[in-house]
Amino acid sequence: MMRRDEAFRTLAELRGDAVVVSTYTSAFEWMKAARSPLNFVSVGVMGQASSHGLGLALGMPDHKVIVLDGDGSLLMNLGTLVTIANAAPRNLVHFVVENGCYEANGSHPIPGQGRVSFAGMARAAGFAKVYEFDGLNRFAAELPEVLSVPGPVFATLKVVAGDPPPQDYELIHGPGVRAAFRAAIRPFLSRS
Amino acid sequence: MPGLEGPRGSEIIAAIKAAGVTHVAALPDITTSAGLLWPLSKDTSLKLVRLSKEDEGVSICAGLSYCDVRAVLLMQHTGFLDSMNAIRGIAVEYGLPICMVVGLLQKEPDRPPAQSARFGVRIMEPICAAMGIDYFCIEGSEDVARLAPAIERAYATSRPLVAMIGRTVRP
Repeated sequence: MMRRDEAFRTLAELRGDAVVVSTYTSAFEWMKAARSPLNFVSVGVMGQASSHGLGLALGMPDHKVIVLDGDGSLLMNLGTLVTIANAAPRNLVHFVVENGCYEANGSHPIPGQGRVSFAGMARAAGFAKVYEFDGLNRFAAELPEVLSVPGPVFATLKVVAGDPPPQDYELIHGPGVRAAFRAAIRPFLSRS
Repeated sequence: MPGLEGPRGSEIIAAIKAAGVTHVAALPDITTSAGLLWPLSKDTSLKLVRLSKEDEGVSICAGLSYCDVRAVLLMQHTGFLDSMNAIRGIAVEYGLPICMVVGLLQKEPDRPPAQSARFGVRIMEPICAAMGIDYFCIEGSEDVARLAPAIERAYATSRPLVAMIGRTVRP
């Protein structure tokens, strides 16, 4: 297992100008690791981060789009794996941050905790490339490949929580962050 | 039934293209299947995103809207009802131009939606009204002219739209 905050700091170093779609606890953690107007937060409707990511990936096909999903969130929208694999955006990387619980709602275990294989589901759904990471060293070593191979790419990050991130709901729910995101991606749209 | 013919799919496709739509996210609906979705799926000038579930389509259209790419979500009214939380959160509360074309399964061709014997059909307009969603019903070809301006208005105001399809779409 690796700490989620350490995994996110590692990703932040290589993120470049990629759009990053995060959700719930991963959103708070990601905002702490890598504040950027190119961060898009999918909250208010659980399970929809990857579908937002697919829409963004289709809308800016020459730009990298990274999704930081949760395992509980993915369970609420499992069909997304098949939809993404079928749409086959080469620029989409779908990370699932696996902590085995609904951390934002009291840390109750997800169904199938410790038994379900999200990577296995992604393979069966037809993702172009699937990775599983449970340690920081291998994640850091293989991350450049994960971010550069043609997608759609799926990767699970088996994590434990790090230091609790600040929970600034205005930062993830407020209209200002969405307006900033819209403005931030505009220069990249003209190149897509 | 003479005088109660549904719209033609070609008219609807022309209308969404006229409104600048380039992407369609869809799940099959028998009201629009033969006349609209099958022809649309063969139209290479539109990108079809086949969905596993309708609420994905709300988010996909939202993502596209941030990229200034116009899209339509095509589904059955049961899928609309199933997607209520996504429509509430993403389309209404976040104020995004999610344009939905919604087939009214089993609506009687000679009755407006509000007078349908089908409960799920009858509640469509009140739900849209309660959520503040712009809506109208396409019963025949004469109603299709309202579609492109409604989509333009949705994008101009960044508000969702529901265009219901009240009769089987003709090829």
